[in-house]
Amino acid sequence: MTASTGRPARPAGRGRRRRPLTFDRVSFFAVFLGLPLVIFAVFVVSPFVQALYYSLTDWNGFSATMNFVGLSNFVKLFQDDTFLLSLRNSIILGLVVPFVTIVLALALATVVTVGGRGTGAVRGLGRSNLYRIVSFFPYAVPGVVIGIIWAQIYDPSRGILNAILTGIGFDSAKDYPWLGDSRTAMLATIFVIVWSFVGFYMVLFVAGIRGIDPEIFESARLDGAGRVRTAWSIVVPLIRDNIQTAYVYVGIAALDSFVYLAALNPDGGPQNSTLVMSQDLYITAFTKGQFGYATSMGVMLAVVTLVFAAVVFIVNAVTGGRDKEGRR
Amino acid sequence: MTQTAVSEPTDTPQAPGRARRGAGDRSIAFDVVAHILLILWSLLVVLPLLWVFVSSFKTTQEVLGNPLTWPHHFEWNNYVTAWNESGVGSAFINSVIVVGFSLVIVMVLGAMCSYVLARFRFFGNRAIYYSMLAGLTFPIFLAIVPLFSILRNLHLLNTLTGLILTYVAFALPFTVFFLHAFFKRLPYDVYEAAQVDGAGEWRTFFQVMLPMARPGMASVAIFNFLGLWNQFLLPTVLKPDDSVLTQAMAQFQSQAGYAVDFGALFAAVVITVAPVLVVYIIFQRQLRGSVVAGAVK
Repeated sequence: MTASTGRPARPAGRGRRRRPLTFDRVSFFAVFLGLPLVIFAVFVVSPFVQALYYSLTDWNGFSATMNFVGLSNFVKLFQDDTFLLSLRNSIILGLVVPFVTIVLALALATVVTVGGRGTGAVRGLGRSNLYRIVSFFPYAVPGVVIGIIWAQIYDPSRGILNAILTGIGFDSAKDYPWLGDSRTAMLATIFVIVWSFVGFYMVLFVAGIRGIDPEIFESARLDGAGRVRTAWSIVVPLIRDNIQTAYVYVGIAALDSFVYLAALNPDGGPQNSTLVMSQDLYITAFTKGQFGYATSMGVMLAVVTLVFAAVVFIVNAVTGGRDKEGRR
Repeated sequence: MTQTAVSEPTDTPQAPGRARRGAGDRSIAFDVVAHILLILWSLLVVLPLLWVFVSSFKTTQEVLGNPLTWPHHFEWNNYVTAWNESGVGSAFINSVIVVGFSLVIVMVLGAMCSYVLARFRFFGNRAIYYSMLAGLTFPIFLAIVPLFSILRNLHLLNTLTGLILTYVAFALPFTVFFLHAFFKRLPYDVYEAAQVDGAGEWRTFFQVMLPMARPGMASVAIFNFLGLWNQFLLPTVLKPDDSVLTQAMAQFQSQAGYAVDFGALFAAVVITVAPVLVVYIIFQRQLRGSVVAGAVK
């Protein structure tokens, strides 16, 4: 067992070691490993590493020289009201978007799979295929275009949302600027981002639920568990790992959110109510030319992202995620 | 009965002894609620897209009027305007070129790299794998400013080549991460048989191992395509002139505020979305399979 699947590279490797380093093998390693790694090192690793250094300088992006300024960029960040506002807004997105998205996606996925008549194994809801195909649509639409579509829908005068609302009697909705009023701009933005994510994660969870042993559902039904209870006590615990991964991914995307806001409210919205860190960073770097300061915002964004991921892992472990894993 | 009652709602209207029928009724009720929920969500997804589609045939005059009306006649000119005058046409072609080249290159390089990482033991193997994993999770915004200056120093800023190389580099971690699992699972005796038959490492990979990894390649390629086609930040920063599709759309929208050709804006949205949606509907079965493969992994 271990010999054939555990570490099969051993015998092969020993066999090869006896062979001389032929041109075939040398060129093979140079191209197969070297080429991808050079590209990865130049365009991914080095920018990340350089970012850490630039964040400690006052570089403006175009001058040949830059001064090392230590942590003063970071001190400045915490006195910068605009940045603190964008930090707050990003954190709101990072808290609300993953939660709403995952709950909705999970509810829809459960309803598709746990539904359906019959007392035997879970057969799933009839004609659910169509729902899945349709729900996945937003994933195939670029984020900017999603932003453009919803900016048109939310438009005060020519948007369909206000037309429908006034049509069914909400006269106060006439010419109401959903994205132009600081009371609703954030909410409207959150809705768009959730709209774009839910379908993909629903399909992912459906796949996860289908992977559960049907006998588990069968015995749950024989024990008299209803549909809702089956969903809560069986589905959720068994696809817990999928949920955790999905939560982290949605969170990372929500902390970015740049694409959506580039179309919804490129300037940060009314009173900067939807300005997020990525937008502030972009404006600081490419409009104001403060590259060093902008990179320190990037470092903050990375820190917030890592903290977010850590919190998700810790919460999952504390609430019993690791327990379940051990039992499997 | 008392035992099952614990797990069932207590307000069941059925008389004792008919619990089975009660469960059947409830599952019908559950299904009705389920269908209502799913129909509501599907409408929420489809109606905005349909509205955009219908509006793309309206004159600007009509767009500015009641948004709930049907167009008087089908204004195909919107599509002509969007394609020719707003630059969506040339951006579309740019997108096809950039995404096409990047996709082929990243699939080949990603397959080669993950193959070596998955099948050969050497010093630093793990380190490379974990740095790829880190590249997958770090926010791209941290890298964007240095990336700008790296491309400028290499004289690749504002070139298609620079954009393609960057796309390849940032799609590489995902590709390697998923194909790694695939190559790991391939049987070893096939590899040894090829070696015994005298095939070199190159031939073994391209003629034996790569064809076996085809299902994995297909699903990763689909996700890479969507990811690169929808990419917005990288082209915006690295290639401000002569843009790709997502960028042209953003520019078009910000101009539309003044030029007010909303009919053409809606047409441009349809041009952007429709090809991908049509391809998705045709291939949705395979795509679903690939999501399953991803979820199982």
